[in-house]
Amino acid sequence: MELIFFPLIVAKMSDLQDFQQQMQSVLRRLFGPAMVVDSVNRLSGGASQETWLLKLAGVTAPETLILRRAPEGSLRTANSSAIGLPNEARLIRAAGAQGVPVPDIIHVLSDQDELGEGYFMSRVAGETIARRILRDDDYAYARDVLPGQCGRALAGIHSVQLNGDPPLPLSQGLDQLGHYQDVYQSTGFCRPIIDLAIAWLKENAPSSLMPVLTHGDFRLGNIMVNEEGLTAVLDWELCHLGDPREDIAWMCTNSWRFGNIERRLGGFGDLEPFLEAYAAYGGPVISAAEIDWWEVLSSLKWGIMCMMMYESFRTGIDTSVERAAIGRRVSEAEMDLVNLLEAQRNA
Amino acid sequence: MHDQPSVRELVEAVKNFVDHTAMPELGGRAAFHARIASNVLATILRDMEARKTNEENEKVRLISLLGVNPDLDLREMNAELRQRIHAGDITIQSADLLSHLKKTAIAQLKVDQPTYSALKKAIEEP
Repeated sequence: MELIFFPLIVAKMSDLQDFQQQMQSVLRRLFGPAMVVDSVNRLSGGASQETWLLKLAGVTAPETLILRRAPEGSLRTANSSAIGLPNEARLIRAAGAQGVPVPDIIHVLSDQDELGEGYFMSRVAGETIARRILRDDDYAYARDVLPGQCGRALAGIHSVQLNGDPPLPLSQGLDQLGHYQDVYQSTGFCRPIIDLAIAWLKENAPSSLMPVLTHGDFRLGNIMVNEEGLTAVLDWELCHLGDPREDIAWMCTNSWRFGNIERRLGGFGDLEPFLEAYAAYGGPVISAAEIDWWEVLSSLKWGIMCMMMYESFRTGIDTSVERAAIGRRVSEAEMDLVNLLEAQRNA
Repeated sequence: MHDQPSVRELVEAVKNFVDHTAMPELGGRAAFHARIASNVLATILRDMEARKTNEENEKVRLISLLGVNPDLDLREMNAELRQRIHAGDITIQSADLLSHLKKTAIAQLKVDQPTYSALKKAIEEP
């Protein structure tokens, strides 16, 4: 995947109060002079972007809003594949127009807002924590309907016609395989299972489908779910043009089944009803067996991502215990790869 | 060198401190990292226990699989395996290769993440 670098974010807020004041003046242009920003709280999660929860008061304003913003005063090179927040906002709007459940984009920040790069969006109620969605009784009905809802939502995302605006990188299956192989070789790891998976993927690569807008991180953890099922698709920063099967397989990756290994689709369902809904809502007809190659690629990518995150510890970029420990999750991907390759051998 | 307390005992003492003294005092991101730190200490204990046997077994399997000089070290043997995979000399069609890699992955995962779903499944299947 191409490396994309982003300009320095110049907004430097001296403290939280100035930040809150600045948000209020921006939002008053939208909701009127009587609107007040009561509180702002940084939500956890998301190292490459800040997420803030705002509580508002005022007649015309919503009670809460979310601000997604580039990290203050930093060069946004943490994730070189990320597309940038203004583009993210445009893609969310475009997907929403195709009927995909997404948050409403309220306002995209401009230079005159003096808040850096980012956008305000509506707060969608629901749960994102995978283990709760998979295990709590509250979500029993949601788990039944999620495969169909996810199939429909992904068909909507894949039907978005961008016509080059915004320009997104094209990254098909073999592009990704090449990219991750380069990364793997640059780390100096020697893990023969990874090498065997790369060799098998090269030998058995399917022909490409017509490139579509792919979400790039479509899985439990990045979707909002309530008792009725899917309420919003989140985390659009890894969007690119690619093969539709990439998104489908990513949700099937065993690491994203969060322990429920027997349910191929995200640990909550079967792939077949998902694929039926996907085709019924305009996606190409794809069989479950066609996802196999992509699932091997997905586990390979996850294993190499773990190596990359450990590399950021080893090279002193991020010295947290979390970055060190994730290097020991490579073996999780290795185990999945062995199981998947064994199934291919016996097929 | 004496070992009273032993490395194992020292790690266990730190783990006790993290679990029972530090963690209850922490919230938010610090609590999250403390939980990971505790898991890391458990991994260290399992690694100390299993590494020697695992590496010996891995070596025996690699000598049999590759027919390499038994005096090579484990790193050299794995480099040789990798080279043969790259050359296409050995593929997933080799039952011996897959059996070796599966045993290696199981042994590693038992140390790294013994609760991972695929480990349980791999151990149950012959």
